[in-house]
Amino acid sequence: MSEIATPYIASKTTLKRSAEDLRSQIPGWGADLDPADRPSYPRENPGIETGAHWDFPERQPEKWPRERSVEHAFLPPVFGTSTPPAGVSGAVRKHAYKYSEGRAAHWLLLIAADRIDAWEHHLRSFASLRPDNPVTETGVLSEFSRGGLRSRFGQKRADVNHQWIDPIIVGGPWALAAGALAAVAFRTLRKRRRA
Amino acid sequence: MRAMVYRGPYKVRVEEKDIPKIEHPNDAIVRVTTGAICGSDLHLYHGMMPDTRVGMTFGHEFVGVVEQVGPSVERLKPGDRVMVPFNVYCGSCYFCSRGLYSNCHNVNPNATAVGGIYGYSHTCGGYDGGQAEFARVPFADVGPGLIPDWMDEEDAVLLTDALPTGYFGAQLGDIVEGDTVVVFGAGPVGLFAAKSAWLMGAGRVIVIDHLEYRLEKARSFAHAETFNFTEYDDIVVHLKKETDYLGADVVIDAVGAEADGNFLQHVTSSKLKLQGGSPIALNWAIDSVRKGGTVSVVGAYGPMFSAVKFGDAMNKGLTLRMNQCPVKRQWPRLFEHIRNGYLKPSDIVTHRIPLEHIAEGYHIFSAKLDNIIKPLVVAGQP
Repeated sequence: MSEIATPYIASKTTLKRSAEDLRSQIPGWGADLDPADRPSYPRENPGIETGAHWDFPERQPEKWPRERSVEHAFLPPVFGTSTPPAGVSGAVRKHAYKYSEGRAAHWLLLIAADRIDAWEHHLRSFASLRPDNPVTETGVLSEFSRGGLRSRFGQKRADVNHQWIDPIIVGGPWALAAGALAAVAFRTLRKRRRA
Repeated sequence: MRAMVYRGPYKVRVEEKDIPKIEHPNDAIVRVTTGAICGSDLHLYHGMMPDTRVGMTFGHEFVGVVEQVGPSVERLKPGDRVMVPFNVYCGSCYFCSRGLYSNCHNVNPNATAVGGIYGYSHTCGGYDGGQAEFARVPFADVGPGLIPDWMDEEDAVLLTDALPTGYFGAQLGDIVEGDTVVVFGAGPVGLFAAKSAWLMGAGRVIVIDHLEYRLEKARSFAHAETFNFTEYDDIVVHLKKETDYLGADVVIDAVGAEADGNFLQHVTSSKLKLQGGSPIALNWAIDSVRKGGTVSVVGAYGPMFSAVKFGDAMNKGLTLRMNQCPVKRQWPRLFEHIRNGYLKPSDIVTHRIPLEHIAEGYHIFSAKLDNIIKPLVVAGQP
């Protein structure tokens, strides 16, 4: 380091290791030294060979009215067909797509729909042969087999200060729902006894 | 087939699903042999990415064998071993025809700001991903590539996202010989970015994280100097001291939406979903790069707003460069580097999780247990 720190004078501090040192110590050092000879240079490379043998792709059949951004001129020719919108969450999602990607309403509605979607599926699963199981589906038992305590404590980790929130996010709504059910059951029983 | 499915925030399970069908003449169906969980899958897992639907199968890093091809496919045939870039792209739109494969306009009805990504919510096109026995691969003549005979399958799967993204991150930094490069994040992408910075002639590479075991990997794998930001009152000031108060020439954000280091930023984004992502690493990057320097962003953020210190970026005259990686553009050069022994991607793999145990895999990765760095998802094992 110079007596006067680098930014206050014109010259830059010389690095400790020379190019020769680095080349001998680090495999491949300088193999891509020329910025103009790197794979993503130039950023836009008109006419790049892609393998496409069409000007515009054939259109994939639209099996249900596919929700799309209003910023698109039309439905793009190819799209994913996972999990079509359904139920209340589906209605919220369809509404969200009335707003452009530039509007907070679009994204906030989609996030709200995601939460509704999870609850719709949790409730539906209770009427199925495979109800949701928060223990197996969170993989939380790996805390015991993969060193949950050892991995966290005495490790200077910055994320330990908020990890306590995770069980609340996952288990909180289940606990609230269980509490509400218990309260309803308790009231019903009490009414019946009084009657 | 067996497939991972999302059941809501922090919950996934394996279910029976229909084997995907050819839906477009240039589709292929690929039998997945090895997949992976990416750090960005955790944003979906934590419920941060808008329009992540229950029942979706995640997974944008996978390799496998072609099972079936559509009638217009010319370059692949059943039985071919293929690696599939995480980008779904057409190869012919305005953006693809200029090499911006990650910005394809023909594959994502749900958003124009992002291209198509396998298993990455409807915001990225609504495609089921490769954490399953089979996956539908659109534009089979454009995206997937044959795995060379000499290449290990585990190296190949890391070439579908993590390695090209790290390498691309270093390119976005416009590194010139002798530059001091700081990489925030010692996860897979950060490790590969650090390693790639040397290939581009960096004079000094510094990696910042809070997980000691990952910093150890940054020292041994990427030959980097490392600092644990929890040991410093202010990591930005420390980096200024380390660079004789100039700041780094190039800083790479390889952390993205769930950065730690500021409780309020993290909780308002990752837990309360009030921001598109926690911009702690990005803000540190803006503050620790030198005036006139370059910040490269390859960490993934959600589409909503984030509290970024944009004024400092403007006042310092920074160049901010970012994108999702156009994977296939990187392959020829990366193949060369692997053959020359400069890179061995699978050196960062720490866990091989059978598909049936994927819920544990997600928890271990999310909670950073058992010194996890990169988990692969292995098909066909109980």
